[in-house]
Amino acid sequence: MAASKGFFTDTTLCIGCKACEVACKQWNQLPDDGFLFSGMSYDNTVHLGGSTWRHVAFVERPVPLNTQTDGAFSWLFSSDVCKHCARAGCLESCPTGAIIRTEFGSVYVQPDVCNGCGYCIVSCPFGVINRREEDGRAWKCTLCYDRLRDDLVPACAKACPTESIQFGDLDELRAHAKERVEQLHERGMPEAYLYGASADDQPGTEGLNAFFLLVDKPEVYNLPPDPVAPAKKVKDAWLAAGAAAAGMALAAVGAVFFGGHRA
Amino acid sequence: MGTSFGRGGATTFPGDLVNSDVIVIEGSNMAECHPVAFRWVMQARERGATIIHVDPRFTRTSAVANLHVPIRAGSDIAFLGGIIRYIIENERYFKEYVVNYTNAPAIIGDDFKDTEDLDGVFSGWDKKKGKYETRTWMYKDVDPEPAGGTRESEAGEKGQPIQRNPIQAEHTDETLQHPRCVFQILKKHYSRYTPELVEETCGIPRYLFLKVAEALCRNSGRERTGAFVYAVGWTQHTVGVQYIRSAAIIQLLLGNMGRPGGGIMALRGHASIQGSTDIPTLYNLLPGYLPMPKAKHDKDLATYLRLNTSPSGWWGEFPKYMISMLKAWYGDAATKENDWRYDYLPTLTGDHSHMNTVVDMADGAVKGYFVMGENPAVGSMNGALQRKGLRQLDWLVVRDFQLIETAEFWRDAPEIARGDVKTKDIKTEVFFFPGAAHTEKDGSFTNTQRMLQWHHKAVEPRGDSRSELDFIFKLGQRLKELYANEYGQIRNWPIRDMTWDYPEIGPLKEPSAEAVLHEINGYTVADRKPVEGYSSLKDDGSTACGCWIYSGCYRGGKNMTARRKPYWEQNHLAPEWAWVWPHNRRILYNRASADPNGAPWSERKKLVWWDEQKQEWTGLDQPDFIVKRGPSHRPSKEARGKETISGVDPFIMQADGKGWIYVATGLQDGPLPTHYEPQESIAKNPLYGQQCNPERMEWIRKDNPYHQPYDDPRFPYLITTYRLTEHHTAGGMSRWLSWLSELQPEMFCEISPELAEERGLKNGEWATIRTMRGEIETRVLVTRRMQPLRIKGKLVHQIGLPYHWSTKGLVRGDAANDLIGFVADPNVSIQESKAFTGNIEPGRKSKGRRHATSGRLVKKLPSREQDRDLPKVGHKPESKHGYKAEQTKEGNI
Repeated sequence: MAASKGFFTDTTLCIGCKACEVACKQWNQLPDDGFLFSGMSYDNTVHLGGSTWRHVAFVERPVPLNTQTDGAFSWLFSSDVCKHCARAGCLESCPTGAIIRTEFGSVYVQPDVCNGCGYCIVSCPFGVINRREEDGRAWKCTLCYDRLRDDLVPACAKACPTESIQFGDLDELRAHAKERVEQLHERGMPEAYLYGASADDQPGTEGLNAFFLLVDKPEVYNLPPDPVAPAKKVKDAWLAAGAAAAGMALAAVGAVFFGGHRA
Repeated sequence: MGTSFGRGGATTFPGDLVNSDVIVIEGSNMAECHPVAFRWVMQARERGATIIHVDPRFTRTSAVANLHVPIRAGSDIAFLGGIIRYIIENERYFKEYVVNYTNAPAIIGDDFKDTEDLDGVFSGWDKKKGKYETRTWMYKDVDPEPAGGTRESEAGEKGQPIQRNPIQAEHTDETLQHPRCVFQILKKHYSRYTPELVEETCGIPRYLFLKVAEALCRNSGRERTGAFVYAVGWTQHTVGVQYIRSAAIIQLLLGNMGRPGGGIMALRGHASIQGSTDIPTLYNLLPGYLPMPKAKHDKDLATYLRLNTSPSGWWGEFPKYMISMLKAWYGDAATKENDWRYDYLPTLTGDHSHMNTVVDMADGAVKGYFVMGENPAVGSMNGALQRKGLRQLDWLVVRDFQLIETAEFWRDAPEIARGDVKTKDIKTEVFFFPGAAHTEKDGSFTNTQRMLQWHHKAVEPRGDSRSELDFIFKLGQRLKELYANEYGQIRNWPIRDMTWDYPEIGPLKEPSAEAVLHEINGYTVADRKPVEGYSSLKDDGSTACGCWIYSGCYRGGKNMTARRKPYWEQNHLAPEWAWVWPHNRRILYNRASADPNGAPWSERKKLVWWDEQKQEWTGLDQPDFIVKRGPSHRPSKEARGKETISGVDPFIMQADGKGWIYVATGLQDGPLPTHYEPQESIAKNPLYGQQCNPERMEWIRKDNPYHQPYDDPRFPYLITTYRLTEHHTAGGMSRWLSWLSELQPEMFCEISPELAEERGLKNGEWATIRTMRGEIETRVLVTRRMQPLRIKGKLVHQIGLPYHWSTKGLVRGDAANDLIGFVADPNVSIQESKAFTGNIEPGRKSKGRRHATSGRLVKKLPSREQDRDLPKVGHKPESKHGYKAEQTKEGNI
């Protein structure tokens, strides 16, 4: 099996050009999302979905970055994508086996198997996967599985002019990302941190194969602060249910005894 | 750039920006408009360079810069002039560089008077002609030939030139103390451009201005270098050329020219715009910046050559380039006896730049029009006047990927939707030809860094789509056929004798693009062998060359432009990637990277140096100098042409080999940049009584009304226009593509929360924006990125308008250019679209009116034209195009 591949998206290098969005749509021949003016900064595709697999968030903040030498304002860009979670909610919830983990460690929806049930949609803690209205099936980033099979870099990473989107072996990416954070700290950007780089960072997903370098809280980029694959909660849920059941049983027994006594 | 340094192209390349210690991006939104080249700026930032973005808006470039400096649109010369003053007053200039490599020591004639003496006008103003007589700007007792600028447009205007001498040393003062030397004139000229003045002119707080000035000074000198990056945010003003001149002066004072990480990066808006001036689509140039012959002066070849050959500097080689070009065009028909068929060339009778042609069209003087790779109905100023012009044509040919607005103006335009114009009344016959995309044709692009890059055809074009090369070639063939039976008529001989014999290749029988490149490169006539470069060209008809500056691109029969060895397999200059004019030199004027003795200024910034052993210039780049001419060489007094270039003359195209801080000849509107307000401004000129550039081109006509010069109560806001990453200029390449259209689906305006509050505008809703030329509807984007400026205690609001949309395509909207009037820079006839005034109100109140068809849109007020120009400057009469028009009619330039 090939080494696990993934993305390291360094948002401090993103210039918001959206080349990743366009390259993704062109390679994967995705339809447009409609021509709607959102009024939300320069973001008109608004979120990831069945037909948008890369999406650049535009965050206008009333605070400067530490590297800006003047001003009281900053504009953050971040190219979002499917995280290909180590513990993937969509995959775990898929009843047909359409969603699989590939030899590259990515999470892949087999379109010929998907029946459009939609369980995966509610199971993704990031709101990445969605059905496409015109065909009913669920779609999301494939990590350019077809390109990887031919030793090509995913289209978005290939098109990125500033190396904000870096593709490679996860081990190397993680090591590099760690260095990058240290470098930024040294340069006076203490707010830089990694989002989802490992299971320790993000136990709910057990780490992301597509992780990020951010300079503000995850919520600012429309990312959940503590995402959890729903199935991870199953054990706790059963325990809780068990405890509740036991409690109820106790209560019932008590009721029988004491109530009975009273009766 | 041409007048300051000698060549009208970027002096460096984007990849070299990684070596900069400071990068000032001004008049450009590089991250959005040149995202791929911007990678180098990001790398420079990562290597510790300071990135400064000076722009009215906080853009994607500002977002990743270290410092964003908001500026009032149209006030850049005041800002840059302030930096010049800062450098001089604080003695931060690179003295050894300035004394040896610039014309700072040159002494100017006694008759010269500065704008400081004449309230905003230089000496030599001719009120009757409405232009300068520039003789008083000259060096003392000398009449040097400009390397650019008016060289192209009006060489020979003076008729019989006075005795021309190469620059002599006795006319300079190397101590820079002589009261009439360039340095002292410069010092006086900018003496009032203080930080306080910058603040009240540009709206830039003093501390912020000083930050920029200090960052530039700190990062210049022997060990460090800084670069300037600009684009059309500087050029599209009535003083556009002088904006760039201001940066040239700063870079010369700081010693940043010709050195790694230095220079001025002129960013071209799209592929091969540089190419379209090198092998020009401009009316007044022949390939390689050879001036078009003028009907009035250039009666014969001998006169033309005499008027254009410089007695000193590289333009002394002029005849070789001209005769080789004629030989390439007319082949065997061009002989010494018939002056190489110089008489076949069309001659210029007047100013036929874009806007003049359009008004001529509107007035019925132009019968036919070819539009290729442009969409003037959307992308050019005063859209209603543009379309009025199109309606008066007999025929129009449009070649494009899509049925763009220019091809559909007769059935889909604001004035047609409104009913002011009826399709049945339009007689223009429109021919539409589908164009092939770059993947469907062979050819080269000349990119922003003067780089010719070859692209190979990947697929055959679909259907009837063809390349421009194929279209023009076959048009030429048909013309030849048509004229075949009329050879007796002399006027047809140029077509008969034109060499037009390119091999036809491929299934579509298209002309071979490589054969064209071979001709451009030049060859020896006897054996058709490609020449090595322009040094091999001769003036005896033994060589032919289509464009002398490109000579060498097909050296040895090898397509040098198709080389694709990446920089990581060589050095960062990547000399084996494609080919750069001239002579594959990546950084121009690189002789200046070494000190006067020929040694690098510093190890860190070494590029080209003198090798004592080999007795030649060598280094990382191709030396932009005569390779065997040592640093100690000094020309004799009798020397002429390139023999006058001394060992310390890095700017070899210039008559005196120096970088021109002061442009003694070559510009129409002054030897030094001077702050003038835009034609329509929100402020009175704080420096001079003269409000606007006295030489600006105006078109005073009913279909092109102007607002009052400043404080027009009807139009209180400043507007600036621009592009977005997501669309391509007038939209022909993006509005028909779903993936791009969805990213920016509607026309919008960008305004500050303060302006939104003031005018009751709401984010996401509609607004109507109005000028005297027209009114448009846009969506509203309220953002902190638009910041009102405080100027003299008053809040100044600026409105941002992207200009991509119009009536056709997947996404439609009103065109920003319908708001803008015709008014232009006198040197290059470029329009002022980056700063004008207008009004905004909430809601869809626009009735789609256009002044050119609906009549007056707003209450008429006195024009106050007298506030634009001093009485001694005079006022332009109402006529077809103002002063320029009169000259056109007279048939002179």
